[in-house]
Amino acid sequence: MKSSEPFDTKSQKATGHSNKQLRPDQIPVRFNETWFSYNSEPVVRDINFSITPGEFAAILGPNGSGKTTLMKLALGLLIPTSGQVLLFGQPAESFTDWHRVGYVPQRTQAMEFRFPASVREIVNFGAYSGFSPFAIFKRKNVARVDEAMEMAGIQHLAERRVSDLSVGQQQRMLIARSLVRRPDLLVMDEPVAGIDAAGEEQFHTIMRRLNRDLGITIVMVSHDIGAVMREATTCACINRDIVFHGPVHQLDAKALSGLYGFPVDVLMHDPEHTHR
Amino acid sequence: MPDIFQYEFMNRAIIASVLVGATAPAFGVFLVLRRLSLIADTLSHVALAGVAIALLTKTFAPVIALAATTGAAVSIEELRMRRLLPGDAALAVFLYGSLAIAVVLISIADGFNSTLFSYLFGSVLTVTQTDLWWMAVLAVIITLFMLMFSSELAQVTFDPDLARINGVRVHLLNLGLAILTGATITVSMRVVGVLLVGALIVIPVLISLRITKGLTRTVFTSSIIGVFVSVVGMTIAYYADIAPGGTVVLTAITLLVIAEFGAFAKRYGGRHEHQVIVEDHAHAHESHAHGVDDEHTHR
Repeated sequence: MKSSEPFDTKSQKATGHSNKQLRPDQIPVRFNETWFSYNSEPVVRDINFSITPGEFAAILGPNGSGKTTLMKLALGLLIPTSGQVLLFGQPAESFTDWHRVGYVPQRTQAMEFRFPASVREIVNFGAYSGFSPFAIFKRKNVARVDEAMEMAGIQHLAERRVSDLSVGQQQRMLIARSLVRRPDLLVMDEPVAGIDAAGEEQFHTIMRRLNRDLGITIVMVSHDIGAVMREATTCACINRDIVFHGPVHQLDAKALSGLYGFPVDVLMHDPEHTHR
Repeated sequence: MPDIFQYEFMNRAIIASVLVGATAPAFGVFLVLRRLSLIADTLSHVALAGVAIALLTKTFAPVIALAATTGAAVSIEELRMRRLLPGDAALAVFLYGSLAIAVVLISIADGFNSTLFSYLFGSVLTVTQTDLWWMAVLAVIITLFMLMFSSELAQVTFDPDLARINGVRVHLLNLGLAILTGATITVSMRVVGVLLVGALIVIPVLISLRITKGLTRTVFTSSIIGVFVSVVGMTIAYYADIAPGGTVVLTAITLLVIAEFGAFAKRYGGRHEHQVIVEDHAHAHESHAHGVDDEHTHR
């Protein structure tokens, strides 16, 4: 993948806030006093935090809390009403280095109906590097596409029609698509929604490998507290504003109760025995 | 030589059919898959208003129709992008607005009803050499656009947000797509008429979706099916002495019904076979392990 040596992220994982010595273009995502409203009702309010390189950050919150909005702001799909969102130091809405960013949506428009594309065709979209009038005559990056499909465990599905895949397979296809471009940042929206337990475990195994071995920064929007506690290194809890942001082991019952508005019991794993 | 080729008007009609049959369905793949078939209907009504204006002002109808569809396509896309109107509302306003303009213009000038009718229902037998050149140029432009932007078109069709995050300039591409939909309609309206243009854009694509796999293949197959139904429809119309536009569309619908029946029979047969195979424990175990049971994935 991108670097032959695994990314050393231990120091950053400890706090998730060691961005003082980093250049702005090294910081994957930074929210600066970000507000966003649909009509006049604010959906997210005064968001201030950064996601540092190598983090496995979860954005946690109840339904309607603004977590998907936060993710869309980070990807420049929405423009902040006020404040700023920086993606690798550039305003997200005018960001240009898209080869550094991978995005895995929960679903895509095309999954239903008889969408005719094969898995290989979709994964190959990840190799796109800008408009070229003669792109159709260019040789395809077969090796990179194969490598990405292998990492996501879908090489045996390469010639299948997209609309014939199960939800979990479709998601792994979208992960493969985003891995072809060898991103520095991978953003995912509710990645385990609708996936069975075996599929979920397979997903988390892939994520651990991407984050720990390849140093890819991961941002995962989720409402699954258990998975966040097990897999993520840092967590931002949002309910219109940020209720908690920090290392996931500091996330306690008090912060979660504040987030959901009712008492939440948390079973913490002993950090020595978790697979982090 | 079959007598169908003895008449120059018939040769021109066949060439026109091939141009339209090859272009409209290939372009249609991107409209059908994005559920934008309605934009073809809307722009065909806009083209009709353009034709009415051209007949009233005695100008070259395809040029005015192209100008009208381009203007409408850009306006619809801008309205949708700026969220001034929901997408389907913008289409409705243009569809009914242009139909109303056409109706008013027809009532102003009584003289050109028959010419307007030829645009409504197609009049491929009266295609002139100039029409043919005009159609060829537009067909080449549309084909070049599809070849040059093949990856971008495929990505936007799959998911616009994903395409945007991949660096595709989605807004510009949508604009290009809308403008060339207008061009496709202008090319096709002489053959099947504005009322049936949508059918030629959509139906060969539906047949192709039934019989082929892969996005690129679907585009090429749609194009081949488009040429096939146009030429076959035109030939039937010539020998049976019936309306060519309607015959082409009915040929396409017949082929669609055959393809759907074929797919149904195959699926039914496949399911019966599957039940037998499932009794083989080893195979059942293997298909479970891969999680790829065909009958239980959602399509």
